[in-house]
Amino acid sequence: MKKIIVENLKYKYPLSEKLALNNVSFEIEQGEFIGVIGRNLSGKSTLCQAMVGLVPHFYKGAYGGKVIIDGLEVRNYSIADISLKVGIVFQNPFTQITGSKMTVYEEIAFGLENLGISRAEMINRIDFALNLLKIAPFKERSPFDLSGGQMQRMAIASIIAMKPEIIVLDEPTSQLDPEGSEEVFRAIQDLSKQGITVILAEHKMEKMAEFCNRILLLDDGKVVDFDVPEKVFSRDDLGEHGVNAPVYTRVCKALNKKKAGTNDYPVTLEEAVRVLGGMGL
Amino acid sequence: MITVSNLSYAYQKGNPVLIDIHLNIDQRSTAIIGQNGAGKTTFVKLLKGLLKPFEGEVFIQNQQVKNRTAAELAKIIGLVFQNPNDQIFKNKVLDEVMFGPLNMGIDKQQATENAMEALEMVGLHDKLDMNPHDLSLSEKKLLCIASVVAMDTNIIILDEPTIAQDYQGKETIKKVIKTLKEKNKLVMTIIHDMDFVAENFERTIVFNEGKVILDGDTRFVFAQKDILKSAHVEAPEITKLGEKLGYRKTFLTIEEFIDYKNQERNL
Repeated sequence: MKKIIVENLKYKYPLSEKLALNNVSFEIEQGEFIGVIGRNLSGKSTLCQAMVGLVPHFYKGAYGGKVIIDGLEVRNYSIADISLKVGIVFQNPFTQITGSKMTVYEEIAFGLENLGISRAEMINRIDFALNLLKIAPFKERSPFDLSGGQMQRMAIASIIAMKPEIIVLDEPTSQLDPEGSEEVFRAIQDLSKQGITVILAEHKMEKMAEFCNRILLLDDGKVVDFDVPEKVFSRDDLGEHGVNAPVYTRVCKALNKKKAGTNDYPVTLEEAVRVLGGMGL
Repeated sequence: MITVSNLSYAYQKGNPVLIDIHLNIDQRSTAIIGQNGAGKTTFVKLLKGLLKPFEGEVFIQNQQVKNRTAAELAKIIGLVFQNPNDQIFKNKVLDEVMFGPLNMGIDKQQATENAMEALEMVGLHDKLDMNPHDLSLSEKKLLCIASVVAMDTNIIILDEPTIAQDYQGKETIKKVIKTLKEKNKLVMTIIHDMDFVAENFERTIVFNEGKVILDGDTRFVFAQKDILKSAHVEAPEITKLGEKLGYRKTFLTIEEFIDYKNQERNL
């Protein structure tokens, strides 16, 4: 089932002369884990905001084309309506904190209160989200007393608790240590396996290659490519679009080692090891 | 340049964040790595005199930190915050970068020169009149780096400099670090981006649960697989690849690996 359909989306922020998104079209199936990559200012964050209706309803500006989220055309529905289907985790977790709650636990409850979820169900969902993101030990702390990484986990937990069918995450692991990033990517992958559709913008290409079903490459507000990681990362022109392939791909490209029987280079550690055939094998 | 002896610190009694740290930090560019909550940021705040040690001493260029005010220390040691919103408060890019130098008593002309040079380094010299809050997160981060660079301190500490940076942004920060090294500044960083550490920092110190558990030449540190694992730290991607392929050598950059492979082929 097509969960997200974007057709010829064009968008310009107020006071800006340039299109932030220029004729963007793609379709996403339910349960897909989609990675969005591209240099800064290529349109990744704007695209994320367009999935939840903040573009155009909050930012205003000039808007053309269509975004259809699970049958709802974003332009014709309020952010409140759309928020029942899609949750977004902002790039800077600080932006996401309500400022009206005294503890992490209550902060995660905020979205649920607004959805009118029953108390018993709220408790279930909050505990689930706290455990999934491994922040249960901090549940009584003030949201502002957390480290950057803990705050980021809380921001993700507060969206997951709302059980959206689609989750959009804008660089959700930028402040986490490597182990923490790995945990968060795994948690998100689990959700996607349960049928939740995931759109994630990120610069950590090794993680994107490992976890995403497909990669959307943006540059200058346009879609350059939308394909499986090995196709996108095997392109010769990534540098021109301001992105780097995963380390493993770059090494294999330089050594001209393709995956057996294909025209693609390895994108993960395991694939690279297989192709480079080390002494350890 | 920095001597730390017997340093301990706790925010709450009975819950130590740093335990008995002994370190001699010299001119080598130095990365501090470790899990969230390992005590890295607390350590840096102690160096800068923003926190006072519970126990132990910190000397910076032979000055005892606890006897100096944060203002005095600001002339020697600069810190770029992890979250740019904690640092930015002026409404123009140029004013933001000039604030530090002016406050240190540098005259206006020199301060402007410092600021322009720093802004040029990070590529924001064409945005002087913009409101910093209208910049993107990655640009804000670069602005914060410029603000500290303009203060021309001998020691510069970058807290998570590569957050939100794309390929180009990382290259810019690499260049800044290189320039600072050439000016004989001590550049330190707290960072989770191991690939960036391997490419740019000579020495690496690993913190775990408030203690220094590994310290040395970056290549040596990333070869200590088991200790890294116990600190929940991963080696750089290229190091992991070399290791998985069974090579004895510890690789720190893609170029090293490719050269090695090509030589191997020619043998």
